[in-house]
Amino acid sequence: MEKLIAKSWWKILAVAILIYTIIGGFLFDVPRLIVLNESIRNLHFHVPMWFGMIILLLISVVYAIKTLRSGSLINDLYSIEFANAGILFGVLGIISGMLWANFTWGTYWSGDPKQNASAIGLLIYFAYLILRNSMNDRHMKARISAIYNIFAFACLIPLLFILPRLTESLHPGNGGNPGFNSYDLDSNLRKVFYVAIIGWTLLGVWVATLKIRLRKLELRKNEFI
Amino acid sequence: MLGEIKHLFLKDLVLELKLKHTLGSIVLFAGSTIFICYLSFLNIVDQFTWNALFWIIILFASTSSMSRSFQQEGENRFLYYYFLVKPQSIIIAKSLYNILVTLFIATFSLGLYLVIMGDPVGNLYLFTLTVFLGVVGLAIPLTMIAAIAAKAGNNPVMMSILSFPVVIPVILQCIKMSKVAIDDLDPSLSIDEILVLISLDVIVFVLSVILFPYLWKS
Repeated sequence: MEKLIAKSWWKILAVAILIYTIIGGFLFDVPRLIVLNESIRNLHFHVPMWFGMIILLLISVVYAIKTLRSGSLINDLYSIEFANAGILFGVLGIISGMLWANFTWGTYWSGDPKQNASAIGLLIYFAYLILRNSMNDRHMKARISAIYNIFAFACLIPLLFILPRLTESLHPGNGGNPGFNSYDLDSNLRKVFYVAIIGWTLLGVWVATLKIRLRKLELRKNEFI
Repeated sequence: MLGEIKHLFLKDLVLELKLKHTLGSIVLFAGSTIFICYLSFLNIVDQFTWNALFWIIILFASTSSMSRSFQQEGENRFLYYYFLVKPQSIIIAKSLYNILVTLFIATFSLGLYLVIMGDPVGNLYLFTLTVFLGVVGLAIPLTMIAAIAAKAGNNPVMMSILSFPVVIPVILQCIKMSKVAIDDLDPSLSIDEILVLISLDVIVFVLSVILFPYLWKS
């Protein structure tokens, strides 16, 4: 990871993919569907946020486990910054989803199970941030927040992936709605969508690593390492 | 290890029975909450409200009773335990004990609630089963959260903000299950919820047992 952070090829890749996503996402032909219409282009922006969030939070949990095993503050730094980036993606995902919902379902918030579950997921991580800030001792902070991080992630997974599937939902693929696959018959969407996921995730990793480098410099300045 | 769990469990039980005010305070808390609800709602016609209100009362009563589960153990006593027993035994004993306490509180609240707020429940057996599963599902994560909150300085607000988002899935499943019980529908409709609740319990329990030792050594 250390070496990868310094490399620049994946950052260039991220920028290139995102330029492609924005141009392709707005200009390529999309299927004409009732209700959705042109708003289907939000697929390239709203959905990758959730993929990105899950991947970033997963990395955060991996570093939380490493923190518990090694007790080093560097791992804790990785854990918190990836969690921060994941939370940012989650907030953007909720906002982009609310805008999309306003145009397709009629209201910003319609109490859809997936909407509710993601809001609860964000509450869990906000609680995580507050828990972190309530402690002063660095080592204690690292360990206790790592424990809550693992605990929270384990609760988040059923919340996002299992519970919404058991109930009726307005999202595609749930409760009698057609699944995602029936939307992109001409696979034009797919050309952008899959790449967009990689691009946004790389951007999230970039945001996280930038903050990690900054925090490391601060730590070094204060001679904690 | 089984012996350790038994001793720790009995220690908590004996301590609780000796200091009657702690359990009494929680029972009084649940009782007053129900009475306040009765005075403010007077008569609940809507079954959804009846159901939701019941679970909210259970949630708050159990959260406030859990939050003290690690408070009474001072720092020094933790150190003493550290030399005596495995950390896994402590969390298992605490979880079991908290299940017992919450079960007691929930039974009391359910009885009082049925008497005061009226009884729309069609299938009381299924409803009782829901309460039982819900209480187990609440007590296990709340025990672990109480341990985390205790380590983070025993702030009572911390306990609430850490635990509420984590136990929302449990509460939602319980509300769905108890709706089936109230409307006296076919109990097989609840099998999904029962399975989800049990698997959540298992996940959270295994995680607590794995994570508690890390929390504990400091």
